[in-house]
Amino acid sequence: MTTMTTRRDPGGFRRAFRRNLTAYGFLCAALICFAFFSWYPMVREFLLSFQKTNFVGPAEWVGLDNFRTVIEDSAFPAAWLNTAAFTGLALLVGYAVPFVIALVLNELRHATAYLRFVVYLPVMLPPAVAVLLFKWFYDPGPGLFNQILGLAHLPALSWLDSTSTALISLVLVSTWMNLGTGTLIYLAALQSIPSDLYEAAELDGAGLLRRVWHVTIPQTKLILLVMLLLQIVATMQVFIEPYLLTGGGPENATVTVAYLMYQYAFSFGNFGGGGALGLMLMLVLMVFSAVYLRVSRDDAN
Amino acid sequence: MKPRNLAILLTAGLALAAAGCGGSGNTPGAGSSPAGPAAADAPVTISVGCQPPKSNPKERAQWDADVAAFQKLHPNITIESKDAFPCIVPETFQAKLAGGEMEDLFYVYYTDVRKIIASGQAADITPYASTLTTLKDMRPDVISVFKEGEKLYGVPRTNYGTGLVYNRKLFTQAGLDPDAPPKTWAEVQAAAKKIAALGPGYVGYGEYSAGNTGGWHFTSSLYGRGGDMVTPDGKKAAFNSPEGKAVLENLKQMRWTDDSMGTKQLLRWEDLMRMMGSGRLGMMIGAPDVVQAVNNDFKGKFEDYGVTSLPEATYSLSGGDGYMFNPKATPEQIKAGLLWLEYRFLTPGQGQFDYERAKNDGLPVGLPATDLYGATAPGQKINELRTQFATVPVDHFKPYVDGTANVQFKLEPPKAQEIYAILDTAMSAVLTRQDANIDQLLSDAEKKVDTMLARSS
Repeated sequence: MTTMTTRRDPGGFRRAFRRNLTAYGFLCAALICFAFFSWYPMVREFLLSFQKTNFVGPAEWVGLDNFRTVIEDSAFPAAWLNTAAFTGLALLVGYAVPFVIALVLNELRHATAYLRFVVYLPVMLPPAVAVLLFKWFYDPGPGLFNQILGLAHLPALSWLDSTSTALISLVLVSTWMNLGTGTLIYLAALQSIPSDLYEAAELDGAGLLRRVWHVTIPQTKLILLVMLLLQIVATMQVFIEPYLLTGGGPENATVTVAYLMYQYAFSFGNFGGGGALGLMLMLVLMVFSAVYLRVSRDDAN
Repeated sequence: MKPRNLAILLTAGLALAAAGCGGSGNTPGAGSSPAGPAAADAPVTISVGCQPPKSNPKERAQWDADVAAFQKLHPNITIESKDAFPCIVPETFQAKLAGGEMEDLFYVYYTDVRKIIASGQAADITPYASTLTTLKDMRPDVISVFKEGEKLYGVPRTNYGTGLVYNRKLFTQAGLDPDAPPKTWAEVQAAAKKIAALGPGYVGYGEYSAGNTGGWHFTSSLYGRGGDMVTPDGKKAAFNSPEGKAVLENLKQMRWTDDSMGTKQLLRWEDLMRMMGSGRLGMMIGAPDVVQAVNNDFKGKFEDYGVTSLPEATYSLSGGDGYMFNPKATPEQIKAGLLWLEYRFLTPGQGQFDYERAKNDGLPVGLPATDLYGATAPGQKINELRTQFATVPVDHFKPYVDGTANVQFKLEPPKAQEIYAILDTAMSAVLTRQDANIDQLLSDAEKKVDTMLARSS
């Protein structure tokens, strides 16, 4: 409609522009903010990964040297494997648990507000505090978890101190910290399902499991998919858990790409190497983000 | 009309603000004047880092008094003090440099000096070194921390070699004589066993193995045993040696056979400090500054701790801190900065060595934490003053002072942090896995360090 008018009347576009001036003004403000605070750092990071810089003199272009350096690093394959394993485990644990809790909360009829608050509570704890709290829980001596295992007459675990349990211990912390957010989002999705669908299913004699399978899951399919992709993007950037709990150890068992990136930039003073790792991680995440955009576009259509 | 105007204003305002932000970030060498010839007494302003923070009122007042006195002596020099705690954070260091916010005279740990020189992030102060009259008396091994070839890039403030920090109270509790601390690693093992036997939660000997601190302490132990981290030309790893093996064997023995190192591993800097402060840790590798940190920040008490020299050591990894100059500082600023450093940090009886004032202010005096001059005249003077005005039990640190008299300080290896990160693996393996194969761990680490050094040369 607008294009038709514009074609016939050249002044139409100007009129339309003027009519939307306020909107463009607000849009400009947002775009400028994004440009300076989001896109500019990304562009700088991109350039940095091809440069050697000391932040004093002009940066020197080194082509793919930074990439070569980090790829030849013996911790590089470990970092990617650990990141992939962390993401996979976080999906197994962290994806299913909040959904199940949301399902249970949705079925409850009493004290729902209180329970929602209880589930959401850990999110309010600053991540550093939560992580340090778990450091104490994981203590192989008098730590809470080993005390519990002791009560159940089970052998104590080394938790963070063993190559076989360190990574999953980090996944548990991460899941615990993010449980509340996931649960609330699933709960919102569950509550948007029209109740007549359940009533119809019940009339047809469907039990709880069949109702979940035939009504809940198809109705929340899209949000489940979007959450899956968002979680992949978030967990692949895991940093604070290995940084605060294990320092990448034992024996590189918890070195992640983001942690290695931090080491390059701030321990080794090699910002180019850190930038190169960051760019590689970003490219991988962009694939998932593209899928996410595709999925949300399908949703809009 | 109104909303439109508002929108225009908003947009313009944001654009201006954003442009302002970007602009200030790119201003080169903020605060410095352009280089060039100037009269000897032309006014010069230098910003100096590491003024004690407000939370440390007595030390801050001393600093401020010294600034005032110094400026009276040199009316053309203005010192702009910048406080921060801690004085250097690797994360903000690069950002401050990139943003032109770095002080003209900035504070560094020895650990970072090599990296900063290699990246060209400090000014070459060789042409102005003659300004420092105290330089000729300084220990050559100390000043060499800030040297690359013949060029000088900074000035030390404190210096110490690593020793063995121990908890005297626990020694007594475990039936050990705190005045006769261990002299050999075998004695360390025996003492650690006795302390661990005090009960659950007591750790005889603590060691790092995460966040690059494991590799750092491995280096310390290795130097003590006479080993080397890299070959003299700095191109190959040299720690896969009998000495390197002995370091790990000793830890393996204490961790798994004696069970005297506690169950919790992957410890980092603050972990051992906290354990020392809480009175549950018997011994750790560390310099007298560890006792200072344990007393100041981790609730320990000076009188409970002692320091002795590293067992069986002829060499020890040196640690400490100092100041370097912003590469954008002018010659006048560098000269003025050196005058200030000499006044505040390098003259016996003055500034940091004004032990009389420190005692009157109720600050601890007596820790052998700063050895810049060795046995030269200023060194002797400083030691005399320190003993004269001591407020902490000097005898508790006598084994360290006596033992380290013949111990040579040794610098960190090139690419220290990268090497430490690689050796964290070996340290964490020995401390967390009973079946760790020491030969394998050392040869793996050697290969990795060789590759890394070959790549960077």
